[in-house]
Amino acid sequence: MKFGVIIFPGSNCDHDTYHALKHAMGQETVFLWHQDTDLQNVDAIIIPGGFSYGDYLRCGAIAKFSPIMGSVHRHTRDGKLVLGICNGFQILQEARLLPGVLLRNAGLKFICRHVHLRTENGETPFTTACKKGQILRLPIAHNDGNFFISPDELVQLQENEQIVFRYCDPDGNITPEANPNGSVHSIAAVRNREGNVMALMPHPERASEPLLGSKDGRSIFQSMINQEK
Amino acid sequence: MTLDLIESHGLTLEEYERIKKRLGREPNLTELGIFSVMWSEHCSYKSSRPHLRKLPTKGPQVIEGPGENAGVIDIGEGLAAVFKIESHNHPSFIEPYQGAATGVGGIIRDIFTMGARPIALLNSLHFGPLEQPANQLIMEGVVAGIAGYGNCIGIPTVGGEIYFQERYSHNPIVNVFCLGVAPVDQICRAKASGVGNPVIYVGARTGRDGIHGVTMASEEFSEDSQSKRPNVQVGDPFLEKLLLEACLEAMKAGVVVGIQDMGGAGLTCSTCEMGSRGGTGVEIELARVPQREENMSPYEIMLSESQERMLLVGQKGREEELLRIFGKWDLEAVVIGEVRECPNLVVYNKGQKIVEIPNRSLADEAPQYHRPAEKPRYLSELIRWQDLDFPQPSDYNTLMLEMLKSPHLCSRRWVYQQYDHMVRTNTVVVPGSDAAVLRLKGTRGGLAISLDGNSRYCYLDPGMGAMLAVAESCRNVACSGARPLAATNCLNFGSPENPEVMWQFIETVEGIAQACKTFDTPITGGNVSFYNETNGAAVFPTPVLGIVGKIDDLQFARESHFKDAGDEVYLLGETRAELGGSIYLEQVGLPLCGPCPTVDPSQEKVLQDGLLELIRKGLIESAHDVSEGGLALALAECCLAPGCGLQVEASTSLRPDYYLFSEAPTRVVVSVKKKEEAEFLQAVSSLPVTRLGTVAHEDFQLSVNEQLLISIPIPTILREWNTSLDRVFGIE
Repeated sequence: MKFGVIIFPGSNCDHDTYHALKHAMGQETVFLWHQDTDLQNVDAIIIPGGFSYGDYLRCGAIAKFSPIMGSVHRHTRDGKLVLGICNGFQILQEARLLPGVLLRNAGLKFICRHVHLRTENGETPFTTACKKGQILRLPIAHNDGNFFISPDELVQLQENEQIVFRYCDPDGNITPEANPNGSVHSIAAVRNREGNVMALMPHPERASEPLLGSKDGRSIFQSMINQEK
Repeated sequence: MTLDLIESHGLTLEEYERIKKRLGREPNLTELGIFSVMWSEHCSYKSSRPHLRKLPTKGPQVIEGPGENAGVIDIGEGLAAVFKIESHNHPSFIEPYQGAATGVGGIIRDIFTMGARPIALLNSLHFGPLEQPANQLIMEGVVAGIAGYGNCIGIPTVGGEIYFQERYSHNPIVNVFCLGVAPVDQICRAKASGVGNPVIYVGARTGRDGIHGVTMASEEFSEDSQSKRPNVQVGDPFLEKLLLEACLEAMKAGVVVGIQDMGGAGLTCSTCEMGSRGGTGVEIELARVPQREENMSPYEIMLSESQERMLLVGQKGREEELLRIFGKWDLEAVVIGEVRECPNLVVYNKGQKIVEIPNRSLADEAPQYHRPAEKPRYLSELIRWQDLDFPQPSDYNTLMLEMLKSPHLCSRRWVYQQYDHMVRTNTVVVPGSDAAVLRLKGTRGGLAISLDGNSRYCYLDPGMGAMLAVAESCRNVACSGARPLAATNCLNFGSPENPEVMWQFIETVEGIAQACKTFDTPITGGNVSFYNETNGAAVFPTPVLGIVGKIDDLQFARESHFKDAGDEVYLLGETRAELGGSIYLEQVGLPLCGPCPTVDPSQEKVLQDGLLELIRKGLIESAHDVSEGGLALALAECCLAPGCGLQVEASTSLRPDYYLFSEAPTRVVVSVKKKEEAEFLQAVSSLPVTRLGTVAHEDFQLSVNEQLLISIPIPTILREWNTSLDRVFGIE
């Protein structure tokens, strides 16, 4: 599968994501520059973490105006895969490709540590390599990862099975203590209604090699690769 | 030129006369300003230079020693490590967030201007006691500032150290370290060479911020320090991220001849230093300098310390290519001048020549002072701990818990979770172990880095304290499985005009020199920060050592914590009763008394070499150095991260509390697989070794001479140790 990793000014997990896909997963991977519109025939787009435009104004608010985002919209309409990670989640929300918003963490501090995630939906193109209920251990590193959505929209998310991962304890229990940032319903990842766009706050690219302490992130990339016909 | 004006520039009358002699005339105001920053203590090292010459700076591993933007060493496989440490103490006291943030920004620029991709940040922080709310505010701001800058620019903050002591209440120490990696053949120097080559200004526009920042850093503080707030700059990590990417791209394209960042002393320092190193002249036109404010005078433009600016010398004829790269990253790049043959700094303003000064007289010919030194009186009045009569603790369990939750020894989780310590996916050993370990992508190997310096020891005996700092830093690197290669240092002291401070400084430099020679870790650069005193009270002598080591194969990287229940625990090294300056004595309410522990660098070297050999033979599961809090604390730390227990049955001829809490150096706690034990004992025979006990499942139990002194469930220890700083900062 051919992956494209978008670089915005201020992206800083672009090289990490490229490394994980190319070297840890062995996939053809290219960088996509934010000012270009050509997607170089990639099958899947990754919007990586970082601080696009310094997170100035609002996380992701400026990146959504980049020329490449028009191509991302077309890619999405064609039913192809888009994965947002951390800042990529914020950008996809600003671009109205995913529901909800991400607020300041409840503790008002940046948090970098490993968390546990429970797979809520094992049938998305991003989770076929996981089973429903499977627990993944991935790192988070964010200041604004507090997922918020109105109660009505939350009901819709649940009805459409758009919640993909929730924060849990090591045994899979959803508890307030296991919710690192105050997210509504402990939501860590959502997908769009069509199912081809997903984003998560944790960093699968930081958990794709045993040397780094966890390889649970591979299952997300592997699920995407499994989609290739 | 009036005496007032000269003195307000921090220059003495003798220095002014010297300037006149160099120029053969009176300087004008702009020239006076330029001399005042270049001849400030911060830029010229005028009090320290004669002593710094004693430091070892050479070795086959050293590619670039002191004098460049950062030190460079050969780490094999065609790669070089570029690293340096710098202080940002004064700005961090006045405005903790921005002071610390711009410190991080400055040290990162020093690294990438050498052509290296920065891959790790560390820091050494010293604050006043947290019982005082003002110190909490400073610490919270400094940590947030480091996090804010490092996280945004995407360089992981992977380690460091934090100390608390009353002397830092009005003068925190904020030292930041950065390391980058580059192919050996792509190292770039800060030299202006090639007559006719364009001089190019890149990055943020110049404003009126930070004028005379370095002069401020060369003065003591008084009550009205807060009025210096306008001298502190504001950082923009996003802009620096663009600069970083653009500069590395330009250097890779081969269109950069020389490059230096505009940090302290801004445009002044970068122009004359690059010219001086290249033996060339630099001529610039100020009207071309991008400016943020209107009607800035030449004086202000030359002395501004606006952040995130770089000065480049490009290749004549390839200007377009260079400007296109910066344009791609939305950066402003302007040709502001040219390299000239006559080795002067020549500054024009709208065509009118306003400055002409020989570069060397600014960069290399500042006065040097052999300031008087005198052994401080307090040293002869120190109390010896051996002369005090204090009882053994009645309840070791309570004492142990109190020590574990004290700010000196508690977990630094509250701090390092605010730092993105994983970005760039190289962090193999995360904060909380003895040294940070980073992999080198594309190779089997990695680097280990540790920053160390215990200023309580340095106060008690500056020379010995300095040797202890080098020894501990090397030991931490060795415990991680890495061979120490080279060092950088940051020397934080009070006023060099005080003979007692000068004595501390000289002793410290000599201690570092001696230890670094023994460990074969040459000093490749660093920073001296004097005038760390407020209202006449100086900080403790605070040298901070940064040691970089190499692990050839990361399968031999080790962490400090135990791995599996059933593993055997041994102590390498001997326990002597050395309690001076210890946390234990402070915990039981005794004043700071001497003497500090003593280290024999050659013995230490034997231990570290032996440890590395054991690790490479695959006989060691974990290794942790014994330092603050002594053996008892080291053992507890080994249990905490994995949450396992320990059963120790030790015997000693020392009083049990001396045995458990002595801070004697040259000791390492190791764990060994049961099945490797025989081979381990055979291999270790040349080192002093004692069996301590066995890694267990749940409880932490320590018996000394068959008496059970400590027995605490691990979850209890973990709760107290982990959440101590959370409680200070009001979260639980």
